[in-house]
Amino acid sequence: MNTDAFGAELHRETVPPHAPWSRVLRRGQVLAIVDLDGNQAVDFLAYDAHRTWRAYSAQATLQEQETIFLTTGSVLRDNESEPLLTVVADEVGRHDTLGGACSRESNTLRYGHHTYAQHACADNFLAELSKYGMGKRDQVSNVNWFMNVPVDPDGALGIVDGISAPGLSLALRAEKDTLVVVSNCPQINNPCNGFDPSRAQMVVYAGA
Amino acid sequence: MTTLQNGTATTAGARAHARAQEGTAVHTAPTVPASRWADPPDGVAADEIVWADRVPAGGYAHRVLAAGTAIRLTDPDGDACASLLLFHAGMPWERLNVADTVKVQWQVYAGESYLLLSDQARVLATVLTDGSGRHDTLYGASTRARNERRYGDGSPQGPSPAGRELLALAGAKNGLERRDLPPSISFFQGVRIDAEGRPEWQGSAGAGTSLTLRTELPLVVLLANAAHPLDPRPEYTVTPLEILAWRDRVTAPEDPQWSATPEGRRAFENTADHRKGRAL
Repeated sequence: MNTDAFGAELHRETVPPHAPWSRVLRRGQVLAIVDLDGNQAVDFLAYDAHRTWRAYSAQATLQEQETIFLTTGSVLRDNESEPLLTVVADEVGRHDTLGGACSRESNTLRYGHHTYAQHACADNFLAELSKYGMGKRDQVSNVNWFMNVPVDPDGALGIVDGISAPGLSLALRAEKDTLVVVSNCPQINNPCNGFDPSRAQMVVYAGA
Repeated sequence: MTTLQNGTATTAGARAHARAQEGTAVHTAPTVPASRWADPPDGVAADEIVWADRVPAGGYAHRVLAAGTAIRLTDPDGDACASLLLFHAGMPWERLNVADTVKVQWQVYAGESYLLLSDQARVLATVLTDGSGRHDTLYGASTRARNERRYGDGSPQGPSPAGRELLALAGAKNGLERRDLPPSISFFQGVRIDAEGRPEWQGSAGAGTSLTLRTELPLVVLLANAAHPLDPRPEYTVTPLEILAWRDRVTAPEDPQWSATPEGRRAFENTADHRKGRAL
């Protein structure tokens, strides 16, 4: 991905497999998310940094765009329909808005009660949100970067083999000061991480 | 001093004037007590009815209901749009999770036997019957900003209220704030997704269809009746919504819904253990 238009690099960090990450992006800054090892789902939430009740809303976002997928040009909106972030580059082509985060609880439904002890994205989100005085009430349906979730003609929806590859990335421009919270997905029971959770890289640029 | 013709210049006159208003006939109003509802469903005794309401176009409703309550929603005139949110009464941070609902069931189109799931892997409500088939789990309620762009106004008191504004009011009366309003599900206005991932708005199935839900936990129920956000008609279009709820029972292991899918069975098992633990 050509990052020339994103301005000076301010920060680069590799998020280990299974781990959360967060940062406040200032208006105009660009966050690039790199799928270092290939087909690693990066669960993603965003909030107005100064009014955190204005959370990313999958439904408000979908109401204003052509398809259920995110790619270059998509605008992630808060629950009052105001832009939080714009996808300014995308090497994959489409990302998921419907599947939400895995949780220990939903894993018991999808795979069986034996999975209850496994780490999951909801726990990453709750742990990371707690650093900002936020909690369960603030955890809403999230974006899944690099995750492939088609909807069939009969309404069947599923997490299927990914279409990303090692080194592919996307970039988001903050339209206002925005808190972004990430869970580098630890799921091992479906193909969202190729059954092998791996690293994700976060690069913050100053913006044009 | 202004002299009015209503006899309301004194407290006694104002009181008499206020009291004389009871019984004014309007089409959209709650029936209280609900047992006075004129037309109970087959097999339901009038005194088992706990909630009866006709919600105006652009209106909202809310109620706290015990586990094991049937809620029949009806679209009498063919353009209701019931946007629903559910919260576990007493612990409202557990609430409807649309993403888990569609993902766990491998299905985005709601219909008979569809389960409305919480973020804690429990069944909040079960769709017992569905005479409409036109529903939407993906697009939620309209926002004030969207309705301002489309109709010129999205305020709850204006001519084209946004669904989210109505849910915010219904939630506030249950101690919930705007941050507590997650994605919702809408009944009676259908959306289908095409092969390219684009939504196709279907509209309603016509006048007179109903859908019946059953609560599996004690719930705070919020309902907004506002035009669907993808409704392409240039005029804000919505008609009244009828609500009728009565004492029923929770779903049991011998019921077909319990074991219709392995995912649903585990959700019912989680829910039953939770009820037992809390002696609900």
